[in-house]
Order: sequence, then C-alpha cells, then structure tokens
Amino acid sequence: MKILVCISNVPDTTTKITFTNDNTEFNTAGVQYIVNPYDEIALSRAIELTEGGKGTVTAINVGEAANDPTIRKALAIGADDAVRVNAAPRDAYFVAKQIAEYAKDKDFDLILTGRESIDYNGNQVAAMVGEFLDIPSISIIKKLTLDGDTATIEREIEGGKEVLTVSGKFIASCAEGVAEPKIPTMRGIMSARTKPLTVVDAVETEEVAKVTKYETPAPRGTVKLIPADQTESLISLLHSEAKVI
Amino acid sequence: MSVLVYVEQAEGKFKKSVFEAVSYAKAIADQQSTHLTAISIGDVAESELKELGKYGASKVLNVNADQLKTFVNQAYASVIAAAAEKESADIIVLSNSFSGKGLAPRIAVKLKAGLADGAVELPSTDGKFSVKKTAFSGKAFAITELTSANKVIALNPNAFGVKENATDAVIEAFSADVKQSDLGTVIKEIVRATDKVSLPDAELVVSAGRGLKGPENWGMIEELAGLLGAATACSKPVSDADWRPHSEHVGQTGIAISPNLYIAIGISGAIQHLAGVSSSKVIVVINKDPEAPFFKVADYGIVGDAFEVVPKLIEALKAHKG
Repeated sequence: MKILVCISNVPDTTTKITFTNDNTEFNTAGVQYIVNPYDEIALSRAIELTEGGKGTVTAINVGEAANDPTIRKALAIGADDAVRVNAAPRDAYFVAKQIAEYAKDKDFDLILTGRESIDYNGNQVAAMVGEFLDIPSISIIKKLTLDGDTATIEREIEGGKEVLTVSGKFIASCAEGVAEPKIPTMRGIMSARTKPLTVVDAVETEEVAKVTKYETPAPRGTVKLIPADQTESLISLLHSEAKVI
Repeated sequence: MSVLVYVEQAEGKFKKSVFEAVSYAKAIADQQSTHLTAISIGDVAESELKELGKYGASKVLNVNADQLKTFVNQAYASVIAAAAEKESADIIVLSNSFSGKGLAPRIAVKLKAGLADGAVELPSTDGKFSVKKTAFSGKAFAITELTSANKVIALNPNAFGVKENATDAVIEAFSADVKQSDLGTVIKEIVRATDKVSLPDAELVVSAGRGLKGPENWGMIEELAGLLGAATACSKPVSDADWRPHSEHVGQTGIAISPNLYIAIGISGAIQHLAGVSSSKVIVVINKDPEAPFFKVADYGIVGDAFEVVPKLIEALKAHKG
C-alpha cells in the first residue's frame, strides 16, 4: 500500500511567539523549527502500517528550501521518500490545493495529516484535500486500524467517541493515541541523507484568505493570592467578584 | 445575500454551543443588514427546532433523511453547501466543534470560500471583512481577512456567549441530492459519557497535574468538578503517564479551551500548557511552589498543598451551595 503523509514545518513548542513589522509578520529570529508534533504521530502510524515490506510512505511538505532539514527529519523517522512543493505556504486552502494536485494521479491508498498545525491551528488541510480529491475525510482521529480494504477509525466527539468504518481511499487527520511518535535512530538519520527528496512546482490557486495582523493576548493583572487557611474566601471571590460560579 | 448557520444536533438536541453559534450568526446578519437561516440535519423535534428562533434564526431548514441521521462529513458538507446556494447565503457559520472542524474546510472548498476557524470575535467590516482567530495554540491571535465572495466562519466555544434575540422561526423541510460517493463513512458506534461535562465546550474546568502524585488521587478532583458542574482536564505528563485519558489533555499538543473558569491544581504552568488555556476568562492556580510560572498568568492563587487545599475547597463549596 502507498501512504502519503503531510508534514508541516512549525516553531518548536517552547517558542515564545513574537511578531515584527508592525505585528504583521511572525518573528522567526532564533526560532527552532520541528516537524509538527501531530504530523509525527501520523507519520509514525503510516510507518507502522507499512513495516515489513507492506508498503511505502511518502512525506509531502509545501514550503521553501529552508524546510528541507524538517523534511529530512521525517525521512530519518522512517518515510521512504519525500516531496516538497516549492512555494511559501500562503494559507490552508493553498497548501491543500498543492497536496491534492500532487496526489491526484499518484494512486495513494491513504493520506494522513496531523490534527492541526501548532502554528495556525487550522485543522483545515485534511478535509480540504478530501474535498479537492472527492474522497472521505475524517478529522481528529484517535485510532486507525486496517483490515484489507476497510479501515476502522475512532474519532473524538464532544464528551465521547465515535467508531466508524471507511472503505477505499480516504484522508484522516491524526491526534494523540493513533501512534506513539517514533524517534529517529542513528541508522535512520544516516539513511535520510540519501533518500530521495523531490522538489515540484506549485500550481496557481485563488486567494481566499490572508492574515493581515497578529495580536498577543492581553496581559492579566497581578494574581490575587489567597492564604491557604482561608480557602472559603476563594469561593466567595469567584462568586461575587469574578462572577463565574 | 444572507447568513446561514449550521446547527449540530446530538441525539435530537442542541447544545449551548449551538445557541451561541446562532447568536453569533445573528449578530453578523445584523451587521450585514440581512436575515439568518439555520440548517439542521438529523432527527430533531419541531419544538427543539423552534428554540433556534429565540436566538435570532428567522428560518430553519430541516433535513431529515434516513441516510443522514448520523454524521457523515462529506454528505453533510454537500447538503450545507446546497442550502447556502438555495438561500443565496454568502456567510456560513458553524461551531468549531469536532464535527465542525471536519465540515467547515469541505464547505469552504465547495464554495471557494475563505475560512476563519477558531473565531473569537465578530468580524470587523470596515471595508475589509476580517475575523480574529486563535493562532499559535493560544499564544497569539491572527486577524484573518477573508477576501473571497463567500465566507465560512467556525466560532470557538464560549467566545461570544448566548444572546437572546427572539423571533418566530419558520420551519421548512429541505432536501438535497446526496451522491453515493458522499456516503463513504459508516458509523458503527457512538459512545458518550452522559454523566460527565464535555471538556471542549465546558464553561468551568477543573484540571490537575503531576502534583497529584498518582491516578488514585483524582477522586477529590472529580468531586470538586462534580460540585461545580465542571469538566475535568489534565496536563500532558499526566496523560502521557496514562493517569488520565488523552482526551483530557489540555495544552499546545492537546486541546485548547476557553472556559469562563479554569482551576489548575498541581500544574506548574509550562509554556505549552499555558498556550492551551490562556484564553480562559478567569484562572485559579493552586500550587505548593510559590515560584510556579502559572501564578504569573493567574487571576487568583493559593500557595498550598493540593491535598490540604482541595478538600477544604470542597467543604467551602458545599457550604456555599447550602
């Protein structure tokens, strides 16, 4: 089986987020980039499903050459080859269109993404690719097992879970639980250097959205400390001052 | 031109987050000097559909087809897009729920629309149509301009609040052609914990971390949450250690929440955790370490041992409730 896994290049989770150019651009100075943690889960599951010669895993990223170290990391984790669509990822619609264009004639049995990228938090790409390719999309899945042509999937819903089946080609966005993220081995890191990384051109798409400015959350006032032996006064403050209970 | 809101039902009922989405969509309709239509898919009683009028929906399209009784992402997106076309709706609003997150992007592609998901405020409409949405896992907001003619907005729970705006909703049966290929997923089982408050759209949340020392000590957390009518949550180390399920993990790689009250017990406040909870309206931190970084972003704090403070809090709450 052939699996395509979509990889985002995102700031490390410990990054303090700041902006430049009158808050219109993300300040990339000193930022370490990583494979989006949810995409690592998707990639790890794809590797599990194809282990032992059962198939191949291709990683795809939409981005510029600066993303190559992140793509090599995906290869080190265990993808067999990788593709980079050479364009700045304008927005989710643009990224999804590029992935769909690449995938449409490649006959992938399964496409996986992370549940969302930890920078723009879209969770848009998987369902958009599904729509562009006219295949089922299942968002925010917790479990994925395959039995022949049929996949059984558990997805999260408010206050519980839903179990569903799907046959044929589909795309899913993976959350925690789908797989334990794999850590690259030394052999993986060595072989990643020579695995194929193909660069393809982007296709034109219409612009439907753009970020015009960023804001950071308003700072909170100083904390009001309540002595540990006056716990009951917290309840009255939450009731009469904060008015939340 | 009009506004269309998708109202997600669960077992024939609408949740508060749905009425919130209707309230929000009504405010957008007012901004645009137009009317609001709601679309419901599934088996919902007329009396429940009528409730949508309370929040400003003047028309409700009711789709009640056998093959659409349970959620099928692709088919639901087709039906909602068809409804948008029929109603000449150029703005489509949904809740940013688990199902909403799967639907909104498909609808956006069908309508060649820009999508703002995780919206936290009404759009600003000074010449440009811009929506403030969460970004960088709660560490920032992105003002996103939707430049397309059609627009899709998915509203974060608890971001706008429920606002009554009573009108008499006219209920109209609606059906749309659904392709067989739109019905590729089949639901086998739905499991809902009915005795618990669901976390993503909870108004009150009680959360605990490694300071609790082990899963056996969660009884007092659940008791406190039960008394408050709150959902329970946890930090990443706790779900990683399987003390609590992954679905309770809030933070940058878990889920982001924005309740009215977030009580953090025995959680130090790593930057990744803060990202997921920083848009909570009121934050209470209970930690024995006065240097815990969480106190810097808290509204109220108690420096003390959770095993002493929480039982006292439970007693105080019982007394408060009388």
